[in-house]
Amino acid sequence: MPFNRMQELEAYRRMERIRCFEEAAQELYLGGKIPGACHCSIGQEAAIVGACMALRDDDYITGTHRSHGHPIGKGAKLNGLMAELMCKETGICKGRGGSMHLADSSVGIVGESAIVGGGIPLATGCGLSAQARGTDQVSLCFFGDGASNQGTFHESINMAAVWKLPVIYFCENNGYAITTSVKDSHGQPDIAIRADGYGIPGYIVDGQDVEAVYEITNAAVLRARAGNGPTLIEAKTYRFDEHNVGLDIIGEPYRSEQEIQNHIINRDPLKLFQEVLQERNVKQQDLQAIRDEVRQAVIDAVAFAESSDFPDASQLYDYMYSNPINYPANSTN
Amino acid sequence: MTTFALEEVQTHIKMSYMDAIVAAEIEEMQRDERVILMGEDLSIYGDGNIMTEFGSSRVWSTPISENSFTGVAVGAAMTGLRPMVALNIASFMYLASDQIINQAGKLHFMTGGQMKVPAVFRCTLYHNCAIAAQHSDRPYPMFMNAPGLKIIAPSTPADMKGLLKSAIRDDDPVVIFEDTNLWGSRGMVPTDADHLVPIGKADIKREGSDVTIVSISGCLKPALAAAKLLEKESISAEVIDPRTLVPLDKETIIKSVSKTGRLVLVDNANRTCSAVSEIAAIVSEEAFESLAKPIQRLTTPDVHVPASPGLEKLLYPTKEQIVSAVKKIL
Repeated sequence: MPFNRMQELEAYRRMERIRCFEEAAQELYLGGKIPGACHCSIGQEAAIVGACMALRDDDYITGTHRSHGHPIGKGAKLNGLMAELMCKETGICKGRGGSMHLADSSVGIVGESAIVGGGIPLATGCGLSAQARGTDQVSLCFFGDGASNQGTFHESINMAAVWKLPVIYFCENNGYAITTSVKDSHGQPDIAIRADGYGIPGYIVDGQDVEAVYEITNAAVLRARAGNGPTLIEAKTYRFDEHNVGLDIIGEPYRSEQEIQNHIINRDPLKLFQEVLQERNVKQQDLQAIRDEVRQAVIDAVAFAESSDFPDASQLYDYMYSNPINYPANSTN
Repeated sequence: MTTFALEEVQTHIKMSYMDAIVAAEIEEMQRDERVILMGEDLSIYGDGNIMTEFGSSRVWSTPISENSFTGVAVGAAMTGLRPMVALNIASFMYLASDQIINQAGKLHFMTGGQMKVPAVFRCTLYHNCAIAAQHSDRPYPMFMNAPGLKIIAPSTPADMKGLLKSAIRDDDPVVIFEDTNLWGSRGMVPTDADHLVPIGKADIKREGSDVTIVSISGCLKPALAAAKLLEKESISAEVIDPRTLVPLDKETIIKSVSKTGRLVLVDNANRTCSAVSEIAAIVSEEAFESLAKPIQRLTTPDVHVPASPGLEKLLYPTKEQIVSAVKKIL
């Protein structure tokens, strides 16, 4: 039992936070309050939270366009995240990033890249930085099954292996890159086995079991902190909803309704962990109290975001440079 | 004659453009332990001395992975280091484009200012050396169009040392283009390790009154040579070296054109959307009334660089072509 009681409740709280936040985000998106595109992590909470709970606040993570779960899993406050989804100036990225780029540097999030595989070198660089500066920080890279086919996956893991960088490469394999299944795009369906090619350890873990994810990630983190180099972890998980809210797939569905329902009914990471906690005699009312607290936090975050202003036109050129020189140049527009 | 025991402080020293690059890198690495160097085959591109002086936590010899090691540098830059990435042959930098344009140039903005990217990407313009099309591109115009970067192209050893230092000390991503045709050129360089050339400031390399010649990077050589030839015919040419392409110092250029009324632009980049195309547009918009005659652009034609040296030589603007262009608008 890798979790102590406090960690059990914290893991449950963070997964519940992601679930509740994402359900609210879906509703808000369909109600026109969130512009652009909204990619939710419902069904993937255990993979995210189990990994994040093995990290300190000063450890780094990078993520993907499916970016809401990672900062929440790492402990970020919800107000700035919800405001960022609504592209308000009080958003954690001042309304400049939006749903796909939630980044909260106070909990170590360096960036969420919408370029598939774009964050893998960045996370590797965070590991290089820790090693060069002589700290025991580690870097964890979240990426999906689709990204494992980008050249950056191969190049980055190879460099991390050569230099023994403190990086945990964490694949949230939900089986599909939008409509493209792993079966149809991978020569070999177990991504963790690729680790052998680089001479680093690779592990497959049940991504719906938050404690199992925590245990394997924690071992990788300790390995990295001790200077023993990178690890590749593949969490087999599942995305319950469509790739992004409101996406219409025309023609033959790429996955069966039966498959989806099977996961929702039998493989919901929150239900599974709740059963485990009940077996460990955690009281129902304690879990309910957590759910109530989380619901209120999300309600508060939505209220905060809705009452915030959008960035003003006068701020169009802000945040382009840390050190603007002759910027912006006069334009005749 | 009384002789005094004078303490001779050498304020300047003669060195080559290549020496200036290495001197700047070494001095900045000595000054700030956060500055690191990354790249392939560092010793053959001039950085051999750096590898000997600094250890493996400061100098990272990379595998052939331009896309990802550029991204590694960006990640390191966001988490406390100040990397210099030696991308070397500019034609290879396209592999790193995604990390330079989509990550380095955008992360400060997309995170609402939370992340800074103090990285320098060093790219080398090989041309006129018969190594053919995939080694001989001059790609700075493409990167000028991507917001969020600073782009410098120094032409003299003193400018190179001062600008590279400014780039390393700047908290934004800077792409520096060096011209191989200038590697051996020598000049007086200040010895003061804190002598910086500001990013965003052009330099009048030669004052004049009849025509303004703006030359980009290695075109400085033929531009100054052309000015000497013109002087023999009593034509006074002012030669301006922008030194920084982004942000461009348009004030200096416009001030000169207001004086001379005539502008000849010289650039080794391919003609379409060359750096000087942007300068021509700016001068036309903002100093039209000063112009007595149309602006002249001398650029490399939109042609791939052939291996055959005789053909390749035809591509790049020469001093004779600059002289003709000036005479055309007098």
